[in-house]
Amino acid sequence: MYAIIAIGFNIIYNTTGIINFAQGEFLILGGMIGISLSSFLPLPIAIAAAVIVTMGVGALIDFLFIRWLKGPSVLRLIVITIGVSILIRESMLHIWDEKVRTLRHFTGSEISSVKILGAYISPQVLWVLGISAVIVVALSLFFRLTLVGRAMRACSDNRTAARLCGIRASRMVTFSFMLSAAIGALAGCAISPLTQTQYNMGAPLAIKGFTVAILGGLGNSTAAVIAGLVLGLLEAFSIAVLPLAYIDAVSIAVLLVILFFRPSGMFGNREASALKEF
Amino acid sequence: MHPRLRKYIPILAVLLLVVVIQLIISASGANYYLTQLTMSAYYTLVILGLCLLMGYAGQISLGHAGFFAIGGYTSAVLTTVNLMAHADSSVMKTLQRLGMVFERQDLYGNTLLSFSPWLAFIAALLITVAIALIIGIPVIRLRGHYLAMATLGFGLIIYRIVLGTGFLGEADGITGVPAFPLFGLEVSGALSRRIPNYYIAWVLVLLGMLLAMNLIQSRVGRALRSIHGSEEAAQAMGIDTARYKLATFVLSAVFAAVGGIFLTHYNGSIGPSEVTGMKSVRYVAIVAVGGMDNLWGALLMSMVLNFLSLRGYFGSYDDAVFAAILLVIMLFFPDGLLRAPGLRNLTILRRRAVALFRTPKSQGAEDE
Amino acid sequence: MTKKLMVGIVVILVILSLFIGCKKKEEAKAPIKIGAILAVTGGASWLGAPEAKTLEMLLEETNAAGGIDGHPVELIIKDSQASAEKAISFTKQLIEEEQVLAIIGPSTSGESMAIKDICQEGQTILLSCAAAETIVDPVASYVFKTPQKDSYAAISIFKTMQEMGISKIGVVVGNTGFGNGGKAQLEKYAPEHGIEIAIAEVYDSGATDLTGVLTKLKARDVEAVVNWSIVPAQSIVPKNMRQLGMEVPLFQSHGFGNIKYVEAAGEAAEGIIFPCGRLLVADVLPADHPQKDLLVSYKSEYEARYGEDASTFGGHAYDAFIILKAAIEKAGSVEMAEVRDAIESLQGVVGTAGIFNMSASDHNGLGLDSFEMLTVEDGEFALLEQ
Repeated sequence: MYAIIAIGFNIIYNTTGIINFAQGEFLILGGMIGISLSSFLPLPIAIAAAVIVTMGVGALIDFLFIRWLKGPSVLRLIVITIGVSILIRESMLHIWDEKVRTLRHFTGSEISSVKILGAYISPQVLWVLGISAVIVVALSLFFRLTLVGRAMRACSDNRTAARLCGIRASRMVTFSFMLSAAIGALAGCAISPLTQTQYNMGAPLAIKGFTVAILGGLGNSTAAVIAGLVLGLLEAFSIAVLPLAYIDAVSIAVLLVILFFRPSGMFGNREASALKEF
Repeated sequence: MHPRLRKYIPILAVLLLVVVIQLIISASGANYYLTQLTMSAYYTLVILGLCLLMGYAGQISLGHAGFFAIGGYTSAVLTTVNLMAHADSSVMKTLQRLGMVFERQDLYGNTLLSFSPWLAFIAALLITVAIALIIGIPVIRLRGHYLAMATLGFGLIIYRIVLGTGFLGEADGITGVPAFPLFGLEVSGALSRRIPNYYIAWVLVLLGMLLAMNLIQSRVGRALRSIHGSEEAAQAMGIDTARYKLATFVLSAVFAAVGGIFLTHYNGSIGPSEVTGMKSVRYVAIVAVGGMDNLWGALLMSMVLNFLSLRGYFGSYDDAVFAAILLVIMLFFPDGLLRAPGLRNLTILRRRAVALFRTPKSQGAEDE
Repeated sequence: MTKKLMVGIVVILVILSLFIGCKKKEEAKAPIKIGAILAVTGGASWLGAPEAKTLEMLLEETNAAGGIDGHPVELIIKDSQASAEKAISFTKQLIEEEQVLAIIGPSTSGESMAIKDICQEGQTILLSCAAAETIVDPVASYVFKTPQKDSYAAISIFKTMQEMGISKIGVVVGNTGFGNGGKAQLEKYAPEHGIEIAIAEVYDSGATDLTGVLTKLKARDVEAVVNWSIVPAQSIVPKNMRQLGMEVPLFQSHGFGNIKYVEAAGEAAEGIIFPCGRLLVADVLPADHPQKDLLVSYKSEYEARYGEDASTFGGHAYDAFIILKAAIEKAGSVEMAEVRDAIESLQGVVGTAGIFNMSASDHNGLGLDSFEMLTVEDGEFALLEQ
């Protein structure tokens, strides 16, 4: 599940070189919208609508904040995305108030469980895994086969060259935001039945997602999936070993260790990551 | 006037302002404003340190609240721990005679045996420096996103540790922190001691300012500015960039810790709410608004924004206000509010003031 | 150069003195000023928001009925966002600037402890809505609290377990002060009720999946699970338990007092047992129960006005307000010390959490009988059939 967030980071990073701190908020926003709509729309339509609205928000962010900046420094961008994420969170607070909400389970209910290999899990978990897998596959197909996808990849590899070929870089940026927002919203809806949705859950999710992204090497989405599994396993182990209150600290510690010793991640290329620019 | 002393004029001017404000406030019977002014002053200390780091060494830190917490919590733990159980051991007795441990009464008539605040102060600073060094060495090698994330991670780990550890009070924090005796006065929240406390806080801030200003104008400061300008060029000139950046990092951590220690004694308590990610973001926002490398701007903005926030003017929108400020500044005034094109007249005034206070030699370096 | 500086300073001074000079102190004797520091937004908003709404509702009602003892009431609500330093700053503001008669709140134990000494020194009445025992133990003459004692909650749970024949349990708590306080109380009172706590674990209160912890409990073959936490874990634990196939009863703390938590847990919430104030089952109380009228009217008014379910947390603020009101009416004055004495002497005040009987050594006033054991049936709260 962390992998989806990480992929969202990667998409934006690849096209723009920005880390979008608001990625976590996309998940929660999607979840909240889905919940509100699901009270009078059938579930699949509600989710689809949530995804679309969140995509709109993603595009909006790009228009309002990113597009017209001229050669901004990395520092500025980071701070901007942080500010945006806080604004989104506060607006969610005021629009939806502080309560914790849940989306209905996609199939079954809260107590249904499926026995797989001796472990009981909720069918919703299968949905999350399934959706993640579908997203990963769909994205790789998208990037490889469609024109837009390839255009985005071109942008990330070499902006100037891409522009020379007639690709509008700024449009790619907008698109990458929208795409990240879309998968974020979908993921948010998928995990809502399991983890519930509260307005301030975005930031911790974003941090875990970022950890996974870095772990796999920023920009490398397949690695992100593997890294996501690694982190998940690590956390599961920690539960058995450490006092529970420190579990979150574990993932942050992993982040710090990686940043300090191998910023390019498990699969990344050292020089390539150093050369990335906006 | 001796040219060297000219640079102290701004500090003296602010000192005068501080005194005058206090007199006005007391005269109109509105002493309660002093509380927020004092609290804001301690936060300003943190901001000054961060300004040095961000503006002059060019390193963003999204986790500075962590150092504030290290200072504050260490001091809190050491001064509230009750060692009465060991009161009769010879170690305790020696410590007591040395003045490091002492007995005190709390509000309910219980007698406690705790470490003296001075000892706690020194211990807190030592721990802060140690941690700053340990974290700083790898951190300064990072740039851009990675640096931001690393510092954010640091702040969050401190938050988690504080939340999860019993003797650090977990979610409720540590309360009952005693007053800090300081040369005959004491740092505490007692209502009768408001005026001395106000001055203590401001003296600390001005001392910090003095230190920062001296630093900027010394060789170290010039080295830092050259690093900020272009790190490769600085290295080519033979400046050991790593050492200077590390030193600035540690110094800014110390500033934050001192602010934390004294605010903890002033408030009589400290809690995990001082270490959240939002707090660190706030500090960054304030430094940005004041102008990344503008110490006076940072001081002004810090006082204004913290004061308003503590008085509750922003109500439930507190976080949103700081985020909005951060965004607006980053989008429109990346060099800080005081350098905005619309405020040209003020800038000219400021430039003139600066020109008058600086010796001709360093003027060129100041006006980048 | 000095001239420009002087001009600048004078300008600032003039502005300041205008600003400060205009702020006159209100010496009005008629209105009673009550301050409230609540975590309306932020991490503890599930406590502070209902509390603030309750107080606003009560304020309108009281003023419409002529105020307290003839005095109109002014309520100043400050949103501390569960931050202790804000609470401290607001406390000093309320005490010195607004010169309030009493402060209701804060919502969380951490904040309450932070301002306890300040209120005591400032000799201002504090009616805390937070649950920690340490707020009123040791007793500070001006500090009171309205939520029930954690220890009574634990004892109520154990008594029920005794009746159900349960003797071996597993305990999981969130890592907040509330959770740890609960764990301490459970561990303290278990032996005298013949209950063995086979395993006790603390988890991060923001955790979204607790199957790991619960698996540990399942491995110990416990006969019941006690979860002492706040949202969202309260709804996650039951779901995880069902998913793991754990059929043993689940007991929760009195922090479970809001139907939304039941809804969030869905079917997994069936059969949860927890001690609670009677607010949530007001409708099914016998007609002659002393609390019935009050509870029913509070519940229906709150739900009619705000369109959301009443919770026991809002009730703590309600109780604080009516205690203050009763004390002022009893003392017949608004002098701080006299009202304080009156609070201490209050007996038989009917509130949402129970019936308050204050004394000099008991600044909470609620007994074991303030708790009722509730359970969840068909997605609704119901009295537990003993």
